[in-house]
Amino acid sequence: MSNLEGIPDTQDVTAGGSGPEIVSAESPADDQAGTLTRKTIRREQRMVLLKSPGFIIGALIVGFWILSAIVPGLLTQYGPKEFLTIPARTSPGADAWFGTDQVGRDVFSRVIYGARPILIVAPLATGVAIVVGTALGLLMGYYRGWVDEILSRIIEAILSIPVILMAILVVFTFGQSRPVIIGTIAVLFVPAITRTIRSAAIAESQLDYVTSAKMRGESGTFIVTREILPNVTGLIVVELTVRLGYAVFTYATLAFLGVVGTNISDADWGVDVSQNYTAIVSDVWWPTIFPALAIASLVIGVNLIADSIDKALKS
Amino acid sequence: MGRFIVRRLLLSLITLFILLIIVTLIPNIAPGDPARKIAGGTASPERLASVTESLGLNDSVPTQLWNLTTSVFLIDFGESFSVAAGEPVMSLVWTALGNSTKLVLFSLAIVVPLSVLGGLVAAYKKDTWIDRTIVNTGLAFSSIPEFVAGVLLLAFLAIPISFFKVQANAPDGANILTQLQHLILPAIAVLMVYFGYIARITRAGTITALESDYARTAFMRGLSTRDVFRKHIARNALQPTVAVLGTQLGYLFGGMVGLEIVFQYPGLGSLIIRAIDRADYPVLRAGVLTVAVIYMLATLTADLVIAWMNPRARLAMEEE
Repeated sequence: MSNLEGIPDTQDVTAGGSGPEIVSAESPADDQAGTLTRKTIRREQRMVLLKSPGFIIGALIVGFWILSAIVPGLLTQYGPKEFLTIPARTSPGADAWFGTDQVGRDVFSRVIYGARPILIVAPLATGVAIVVGTALGLLMGYYRGWVDEILSRIIEAILSIPVILMAILVVFTFGQSRPVIIGTIAVLFVPAITRTIRSAAIAESQLDYVTSAKMRGESGTFIVTREILPNVTGLIVVELTVRLGYAVFTYATLAFLGVVGTNISDADWGVDVSQNYTAIVSDVWWPTIFPALAIASLVIGVNLIADSIDKALKS
Repeated sequence: MGRFIVRRLLLSLITLFILLIIVTLIPNIAPGDPARKIAGGTASPERLASVTESLGLNDSVPTQLWNLTTSVFLIDFGESFSVAAGEPVMSLVWTALGNSTKLVLFSLAIVVPLSVLGGLVAAYKKDTWIDRTIVNTGLAFSSIPEFVAGVLLLAFLAIPISFFKVQANAPDGANILTQLQHLILPAIAVLMVYFGYIARITRAGTITALESDYARTAFMRGLSTRDVFRKHIARNALQPTVAVLGTQLGYLFGGMVGLEIVFQYPGLGSLIIRAIDRADYPVLRAGVLTVAVIYMLATLTADLVIAWMNPRARLAMEEE
């Protein structure tokens, strides 16, 4: 499902298709039995989530990397740019758990410190994208009209180019700095999120509770923020975690392609893979494979969490 | 049906036009002098002026947009500046497109049957350990970046087993079997990335179809499982799969930059990256627009295939 839209876009169909179902299945119950039922449902969903093995494993993996990003010094004694006394290209062993890289730095320390850039960029970009995408999706889905038509066409245009390619173009145009990277990933994720939320909002708008709010004479703002938004929260949470996985994917790939503008001596998983992968042919696999596995584990962790939340909401 | 196709084509043209605007704007917005990026820091003022002139940057933006639009219709983007100086841009693009097509078709030939089979089996064995293994393995691998899958395969397959090749591009003049042998590792990487996604979609479609009245009736009429699957389930269950394949084709052609770089494969993705690296705007524009056109043709074809598979979808498209 990676696409990042590329692959990134892949979960759209699932998310988009299942979203409205979840919500509409839930909302008639709300209408009939009031808020008490909704609270009970939420609590039960939370229990299901906390007991699911996928969620626990995912949370442990992601938790470990968050810890590395915040206090790397706790987990390793060497700095990411420090040269060890043992020779370069030492294979993994007691002296250096993950070996040393081609210039003699500790691979384990670089993997631990490398969690930071990706865990700064991915959540920030996803957060911005979710806020903007949700707002746009709700407004477009509730009000429809010509603005919706035009924005939908623009969204289609952006989605028709693989996210990675688009990201490279944008970063190239506006310069390779961290704010640009975050902004680029955020902007490129907005269309997919908007599309999902928009179709959910359209489905919600046709339900009785929205009609009755309109009859009561509530304002559009009230209906969108107080009536529709609470009913699509579950979908937003799923979308948030799914996109977070894609954001990790996108940042790692951009770093590998060398367009994130970090200094190549800074610890960054994608950059480290790109600096070392040619040495695989000469059997020096560890400086490449450990950061690569770190990327894979973070993506898997986030995916496990996303999948468990989705399942819990459907239970 | 005709009206539907015309409508879809018009929408695609609008999308293409928006992209044209974006790629026209790039050299106008990008920081630094585009001519200096191409000609190098030591170039003479005359050389800089001539590069700026041939990039068309002396014209107003609307004129540039108009010129680019004509290039698209003539399929002629002039000559490359820095990727391969003096070569016609389109000859570079056609070569890269040919390579990408080879990789994409070969990957799909492996990925589609295996993933669809995986999805069908998972649906048929729903809620057993087989189902869970297929779904969870797929989930674990999906959305791992391709370059990560690529380096893992390099280290664990290409190095220990000499049958697997480090470079995806076979030496010149190699026969078709050797070429495919070189493409196996990238294709496995694509399989790792897509298996879970396609299997999941197929599984969901199949479960819906299996639980439907017509499937139950078919079983009750005493048809064998194989016949029910072949005659009743497949046609309905595979529609979402076809739709997804349509949307993923554009990505396969233009988005697998990381994979192309790991396996040193000269496809469209790496051509675009090289063009960006060396500020070769004509190559960059032609490459990006090619990817977009492929994506549009692929989604359009997917829609038509779905219409052919499902009369109800056909009706809905006509009424749209």
